Amino acid sequence: MSVSRDQLIDFIYDEVRMLDEGRYDEWLALWLKDGHYWMPLDYNQTDPVNVTSLMYEDLFMLKLRVERLNGARTFSQKPKSRCHHVIQRPFVDEIDVAGGTYVTTTFMHYVETRLDEQFLLALTARHELALVDGKLRIANKRVDILNCDAAFRNIQLLP
Amino acid sequence: MGRYADNPAAIRALFRGNEVHRDVYVDQEIYRLEMRHLFANAWVFVGHESQTPNKGDYFSTQVGDQPVIQVRHSDGEVHVLHNRCPHKGTKIVIDRAGNTGKFFRCPYHAWSFKTDGCLLAIPLKKGYENTGFENSDSKKGMRAVGEVRNYRGFIFCRLAEIGISFEDFFGESLSSIDNMVDRSPAGRLEVAGPPLRYMHHCNWKMLVENQTDTCHPMVAHESSAGTAVKLWEELDMPEGTPLPPAMEIIAPFMSPYEFFENMGIRTWPNGHGHTGVHHSIHSNYSTIPGYMDKMVGAYGEEKAKAILDENRHNTVYFPNIMIKGPIQQLRVFIPLAADKTLVESYIYRLVDGPEQLTARTAMYNRMINAPTSIVGHDDLEMYERAQEGLQSDGMEWVNIQRLYEEDEDFSEEKVENGTTERQMRNQFDAWVKFMTCDMDDVREAAE
Ligand code: FES
Ligand SMILES: [Fe+2]
Repeated sequence: MSVSRDQLIDFIYDEVRMLDEGRYDEWLALWLKDGHYWMPLDYNQTDPVNVTSLMYEDLFMLKLRVERLNGARTFSQKPKSRCHHVIQRPFVDEIDVAGGTYVTTTFMHYVETRLDEQFLLALTARHELALVDGKLRIANKRVDILNCDAAFRNIQLLP
Repeated sequence: MGRYADNPAAIRALFRGNEVHRDVYVDQEIYRLEMRHLFANAWVFVGHESQTPNKGDYFSTQVGDQPVIQVRHSDGEVHVLHNRCPHKGTKIVIDRAGNTGKFFRCPYHAWSFKTDGCLLAIPLKKGYENTGFENSDSKKGMRAVGEVRNYRGFIFCRLAEIGISFEDFFGESLSSIDNMVDRSPAGRLEVAGPPLRYMHHCNWKMLVENQTDTCHPMVAHESSAGTAVKLWEELDMPEGTPLPPAMEIIAPFMSPYEFFENMGIRTWPNGHGHTGVHHSIHSNYSTIPGYMDKMVGAYGEEKAKAILDENRHNTVYFPNIMIKGPIQQLRVFIPLAADKTLVESYIYRLVDGPEQLTARTAMYNRMINAPTSIVGHDDLEMYERAQEGLQSDGMEWVNIQRLYEEDEDFSEEKVENGTTERQMRNQFDAWVKFMTCDMDDVREAAE
């Protein structure tokens, strides 16, 4: 079975919609078990392990993050934050039909808000996708924030 | 200017042993006086020497509200200069780090300076002949800070020309830096990558106090650490399954009060102190293969063991840094306004040590101290709620009374129950001392 360009693009659109609508369980189900969500601290960073990143999390940490968002004593989410992604049409960078792996790059604007504050981040998301049992899944995701070296306040949800 | 300038009695009255007045957190005048007196008279952290390894390397930062440059001069020494052109005030460098070669050149009118700040050249120099320029302050070049000290790679400075010596200021507290550096078989650390930068809309002292606040983790971090422990238990792993590194880091935050009571807090004079005298949240990290052998090779069995058995949790160096020896981390709390603080969290690599330790430290940093960290969110929320709550006229005093004893003597080293707020009181004792030590009527009284 092969995957069309449109299916890859639709997948990326569906993912950000899940995040914006807070459908985190569905979102977690998109991930392969050994995937990592990486948000570098440095522009063009190559090493996620031996220098600091803003995020470099496996599925256990992502589950923890999602579970925490819903916790009864998560004070920084009382009241809750909301987020909104506006994305450009993703570039399909690599298609390996035989291996069932695909790479996309997506430019997006991410807005997060809580109480009276709202902030905007410009992002580049690189997805490594894999076709497993007939379904597209996220093998790895890297999100580069345009001003990754700026001093942020809390970024509570998932850019 | 206001109620507090040159009024040491009013400043002293803000700390009454077991309580502090809210003005120390919210008052703009107090903030400006902190910059002028406290941050000028204390020894303040600038950077690490490995941030400027080669001649001409510089790193720009601030000490209190003073923009400064840490630079490696041609003789190999690290200098700290005010980042201000002696001509019309232009900042000489604005990028965070770089190499300037043999001299700095101001981008406005091209006055140039050696990397120790001395004036090197001015274009059209003739125009200054017979103007008295020779005797001006500007002729001296870029101004250096009062004094600089490189202690085992960590650069500290005192802005004021005269004042307390480095040794008198830090005393025995330097043992925490020693322990962090000694963990490298080569006895040296190197900065590993850029720092996390995290903006807090609260007073800088709230962050410093929180470093030795051992009564908050199990409460404020229940949402993150508590959830982690719960999730791990739900996985129902077979008995004896080793904790993954992330769980090793986060689970101890949920330790009971007893754990924190028994860990102990040590205070030293001048506002320094540390949690984790007997054990800490870092005590039970798994060992890294081959590391102990390397340490024994470098230091001998006994000393190597002594170094690694020390598991200090947070050491506060008054006024505004905290270090974690066991994971080679340093956090600096840079005050920007009464209600605004920039936090920079650095990690260091052990020279000749295992890279797995750097990996653990990097993981700790992003899990706990990043703007995206689920643990950091908990703390920032509390500081900002405090900053807003202190606007209330319902009460004016903040309580730091836990395990308070009358007539506490902060001039002596002391070890106490790990949930004491003595270290916060110790900091305010030093705060009063350095805020008032060069105020006018104090000087008169001393004369
Ligand atoms: S302001 Fe620097 S040379 Fe004129
Ligand atoms: Fe905390």
